[in-house]
Amino acid sequence: MNTRAKVSSAIASAIVLFGGWQLGNQAVAAQHTTSLATGLSPNATGVTTPESTTETTPSTGSTSSGSSTATTPSDTATTPSATASASSTDGTFQGTAVQTRFGTVQVQVTVASGKITDVTALQLTDAEMRSVQISNQAAPMLRSEVLQAQSANVQTIGGATITSDAYLTSLQAALDEAHF
Amino acid sequence: MNYTPAKTADSFRSRTFQCMGTVISLSAPPRPHISAEQAADELEAATAVVEQVFDEIDERFSLYRPDSEASQLARGELHLTNASAVMREQYAAAIDWRNRTNGAFDPVRNDGVVDLSGVVKAYAISSAAQSLHALGVVDWCLNAGGDVLVSGSPEPRRNEVWQAGIVDPANPGALIAAHPLSPGRTAALATSGSAERGDHIWQRWDYSQVHDHWEAPKPREGSQEFVQVSVAAADIITADVLATAVVAGGHASLRHAADTWDVDILAIQRDGQILATPGFRA
Repeated sequence: MNTRAKVSSAIASAIVLFGGWQLGNQAVAAQHTTSLATGLSPNATGVTTPESTTETTPSTGSTSSGSSTATTPSDTATTPSATASASSTDGTFQGTAVQTRFGTVQVQVTVASGKITDVTALQLTDAEMRSVQISNQAAPMLRSEVLQAQSANVQTIGGATITSDAYLTSLQAALDEAHF
Repeated sequence: MNYTPAKTADSFRSRTFQCMGTVISLSAPPRPHISAEQAADELEAATAVVEQVFDEIDERFSLYRPDSEASQLARGELHLTNASAVMREQYAAAIDWRNRTNGAFDPVRNDGVVDLSGVVKAYAISSAAQSLHALGVVDWCLNAGGDVLVSGSPEPRRNEVWQAGIVDPANPGALIAAHPLSPGRTAALATSGSAERGDHIWQRWDYSQVHDHWEAPKPREGSQEFVQVSVAAADIITADVLATAVVAGGHASLRHAADTWDVDILAIQRDGQILATPGFRA
């Protein structure tokens, strides 16, 4: 049971990590948390409440409740696939596709000997079905990698505030004059 | 490579005026089916309205004008509870931004005076935008000393998007990057630099290291990491506050801003290295 709880909370965490927190749907949250728990726990009666789920995983209680307000997995939130082996909790588990502001997100978690060995994004696409980067982290870029002004196609110049005097020799002044 | 604006027969035209110690440019394409003279008249009328908005805000908020409401507040002659509604509103907004940026955007000066000049220009830009909207001007680009807000298109018939170049801090005659500005997610672009006018940067001094009265305080950690930070956002106030916050707060503020707001950020480190969110990738 402890292992199942760990897997359950880990999958919940994974869904949170992959952007599920962008959504909020309190109304259906409790029901979905239940299905998330029961999907992994064949012995559960199906009347498991979100509270009892939290109780079995005290160390990750906040994560579980976080996902309950954010994700909207359906009844088949987590279904052990045919690759299950060593113990009953081992195998590959697929989360339900979740709609986020980044597009559709679905993750797959591989568990071996009760430990998560892999988390893969199965679906990470926007409305046009292109793959998207859900992280908005600032990363190092070469000058050649950032958007460049193609020849003379900019209509305005951004920069740190310049004084009226400095404006006179600025690019914006040249642009303004060209378009007077 | 240095950038030279093309002197072309492009459809949009620009007018400028001075306020808040800098130059403000309004650019707009002519409406269809009107003469060149009428288009020029309309642009000048729109510019006059924008100038009036800027002047009114500057009169109230400038700390350079001894008789302004902000100066009276700074001298303690006027109490905040007796200040105008618009002044109290901007105070509240600035303090709210300080909390939301974990203190990186800090409107309180070293001498304890609350200096709203960091938000006032952006506030003037967004107020001017409302006036332009009320005038029925649809396509325009407003550039106030390097902070930009756009509406519509520079060439509505071809559905073009306003493109902004960003100055290279190491070479003011060249551009380091560009960003398309379109109504919605990225209508505004603000840039903050650690080398811009001294009275307008939020230097975060660390007095904890000062033991003698003649020893100058050092800038707090983070405030020297970036020489220039540009933020593209849906509105100019968010863009302006976050650009200022990242310059003041360094990498920690950069991560926080990129995680918390739906914005594009381009930050240039002291060593010239560029850090940017995916929206700035070519």
